[in-house]
Amino acid sequence: MSTTPPSTSDATTGTAAETGTARVKRGMAEQLKGGVIMDVVTPEQAKIAEDAGAVAVMALERVPADIRKDGGVARMSDPDMIEGIIEAVSIPVMAKSRIGHFVEAQILQALGVDYIDESEVLTPADEVNHSDKFAFTTPFVCGATNLGEALRRIAEGAAMIRSKGEAGTGNVVEAVRHMRQIRGEIARLRGYDRNELYAAAKELRAPYELVAEVAALGKLPVVLFSAGGVATPADAALMRQLGAEGVFVGSGIFKSGDPAKRAAAIVKATTFYDDPKVIADASRALGEAMVGINCDDLPDSQRYADRGW
Amino acid sequence: MTIPNPADAVLRPAVGVLALQGDVREHLAALTAAGARATTVRRPEELAAVDGLVIPGGESTTISKLAVAFGLMEPLRDRVRAGLPVYGSCAGMIMLADGILDPRSGQETVGGIDMVVRRNAFGRQNESFEAEIALAGIEGGPVHGVFIRAPWVESVGAGAEVLASYEGHPVAVRQGPLLATAFHPELTGDTRVHRLFTDMVALAAGAPDVAGEAAGAGR
Repeated sequence: MSTTPPSTSDATTGTAAETGTARVKRGMAEQLKGGVIMDVVTPEQAKIAEDAGAVAVMALERVPADIRKDGGVARMSDPDMIEGIIEAVSIPVMAKSRIGHFVEAQILQALGVDYIDESEVLTPADEVNHSDKFAFTTPFVCGATNLGEALRRIAEGAAMIRSKGEAGTGNVVEAVRHMRQIRGEIARLRGYDRNELYAAAKELRAPYELVAEVAALGKLPVVLFSAGGVATPADAALMRQLGAEGVFVGSGIFKSGDPAKRAAAIVKATTFYDDPKVIADASRALGEAMVGINCDDLPDSQRYADRGW
Repeated sequence: MTIPNPADAVLRPAVGVLALQGDVREHLAALTAAGARATTVRRPEELAAVDGLVIPGGESTTISKLAVAFGLMEPLRDRVRAGLPVYGSCAGMIMLADGILDPRSGQETVGGIDMVVRRNAFGRQNESFEAEIALAGIEGGPVHGVFIRAPWVESVGAGAEVLASYEGHPVAVRQGPLLATAFHPELTGDTRVHRLFTDMVALAAGAPDVAGEAAGAGR
């Protein structure tokens, strides 16, 4: 790719450029809205995702369903694998670091990924601290199960939030729970007067300024996607109707019978999330969906959403 | 998403935002602030009802594929040929280009502006940047350009006018009722570019100069 470093000034048409600003980081996520971000483990899968209309791919070594099956410590993916995927597609490429493993994040930034997911799907590296995300030019997306958690991540520099759900289960119930929780807490803040916002910030364990901003905006100050359990076009449309601005689909696509067809169908249902006729058409003849897991059957150690705080 | 006062309908041009994917909400807000009646467009019948259209920032491959899949590509081309004013930012600029230097397989554009664009020309996200851009036809100083994995214009034909360049590469182009920027004014709160476009739409629709700026500036 031919690039011109934009770091020098141009006397005739502009002044010195700034990279890695909050506006550029958050603005990148704004461009993904209404779209589907798909987990892929090979360059071939990345191309299928791009051809199906994915707005970005998440490069990882094993999809969450396989991480569950295989057990052991789940880490950042092999740099060769990530580079192979970056070379295979023109859409943005995201990759996951372990919670608190800022060196994995440094490596991902050096590889040139477009977004870093500090993810509970991998085994946490630090049980107290998340990574300082302001230290990076590459923007971060982080998971959250409630508003306080989302705002703590934003306070650490996250430029995008995804509700966590329960990755690798093919069961949308936790994604629904977390999206309803976040949206419900935002709606409640809208009704508070200024006096009440201080106590709300204390209860949410989040900075007052961010709580006041959410109360004024009626939404997070960054883009909110949904993740963890989306397996069908109807699941994707459900999450959008519940307020998600887009969806991450992990195991749901490449653990199904006909990934290319299912991927394209989920993209269509995400765009026309409020049109049941389109969703019905997109849901036809997709072959087998991934086999789901009942979340109540998961032992505590297998609940990824409990990782992070 | 439409301004509800029906009395406005005769004065304010109806400007759609192509809402297949991307930063639709920001364009709707900027257009409303610029005096337009802003609506979303996802279907051919919605496209038929607008006086002007914005193609937002987003992923150009995704927007292109969805436009084809939902039967919007040909109606878009028909309306552009018939003189519909269209403004495209970033992915929208790519959609308005007659040619893409390195298109993904199957990536189609609406076309209309005699130019060839290079996708992601300034680099990946780590190279995304903000800079001040002097834009011909916009008064009151430079606009703040937010470039996110942005394209640049590789070459322009005789019919297209370059309104701004950055480091020697055209980043804002106009051809008749079509306007394109490689950057995202909708992310800045500065509505001057949207006012310019709303004026272009009002002029084409024969309505008064709603934004109070020089209509057709830069022509």
